Amino acid sequence: MNLVESLNRQLERNPNIPDLQPGDTVRVHARIVEGDRERVQVFQGTVIRVRGGGAGANFTVRRIAAHGIGVERTFPLYSPRVEKVEVTRRAKVRRARLYFLRQRRGKAARLKEKRTR
Amino acid sequence: MKGILGKKVGMTQIFDERGEAIPVTVIEAGPCWVTQVKTVERDGYSAVQLGFEEAKLTRLTRGQLGHLGLLKVDEAHPRRRMLENPVPPLRYLREFRVKPEEVPSEGEQITVDVFEVGDRVDVVGTSKGRGFAGVIKRHNFRRQPKTHGQSDRERAPGSIGATTTPGRVWKGTRMAGRMGGRRVTAQNLEVVLVDPERNLLAVRGAVPGPRGGLVMVKRARKQG
Repeated sequence: MNLVESLNRQLERNPNIPDLQPGDTVRVHARIVEGDRERVQVFQGTVIRVRGGGAGANFTVRRIAAHGIGVERTFPLYSPRVEKVEVTRRAKVRRARLYFLRQRRGKAARLKEKRTR
Repeated sequence: MKGILGKKVGMTQIFDERGEAIPVTVIEAGPCWVTQVKTVERDGYSAVQLGFEEAKLTRLTRGQLGHLGLLKVDEAHPRRRMLENPVPPLRYLREFRVKPEEVPSEGEQITVDVFEVGDRVDVVGTSKGRGFAGVIKRHNFRRQPKTHGQSDRERAPGSIGATTTPGRVWKGTRMAGRMGGRRVTAQNLEVVLVDPERNLLAVRGAVPGPRGGLVMVKRARKQG
């Protein structure tokens, strides 16, 4: 283990973020800093990828905004600016990166729910 | 004195209390030993030579051992050098210019805690060698068109001067050649983290050289 790794390991992963999987539908409560004001914004959508990489680890959430425009936002897993992440649904997916969702719209962009015992 | 030798470990990011991500370079710095003090009276200028990274005794030449005061002083060799405090065999020696009032004593140990979070430092390293590099990589020239009847000229430098007047190429014209592998200073970097337990130092931003490369960290010359 090199020293950067050990330094990364010592950094704390944001405890308010549960383990995420691609295909999860989530509500991300992100703290937005505007000058010296702070507010919390909720971003709801599907997790289309989770990337590792120590302190730089992040995940990307895709949602369909008004007029069917796709919006993707990436949140760092170690950032204290993520207030809370709620997982509302887990889908059954067969790949780690769900980029194919970008080509689909409406009904075609649905994912099958994962069945849990 | 504010100066230390270290090895570049690599880069990562740290989040500050505002949640802002800071790109940092981690440096494994020290412990270093003062191996020689140069004074205005004797040497004409004031400086401190630091040694870094303990090495096996057999890795050093007799000359190096003698300089570090590691050879026995006896009747046969009465004039061999001895330091006030003994130092281990050290692999790297580098000199830092230090004001006379800040000079430590020979043999003294220097650790990362000479720096504190928020200090401004200059980091000196040897940049990565790029070998014989063309003019695009070396001087940020622009590429020529790939099409319109061109061939083999995409990365060529173009014209390097006029015709009969002056009839020669100006001195200093930027051309292809050796790039990198020279001394580079990254100035005025902020110290973001100091970990005396593991001899770690993190500075904001990038630092010259490859991972594992030797770097000198010293007080910033131009603050602000």
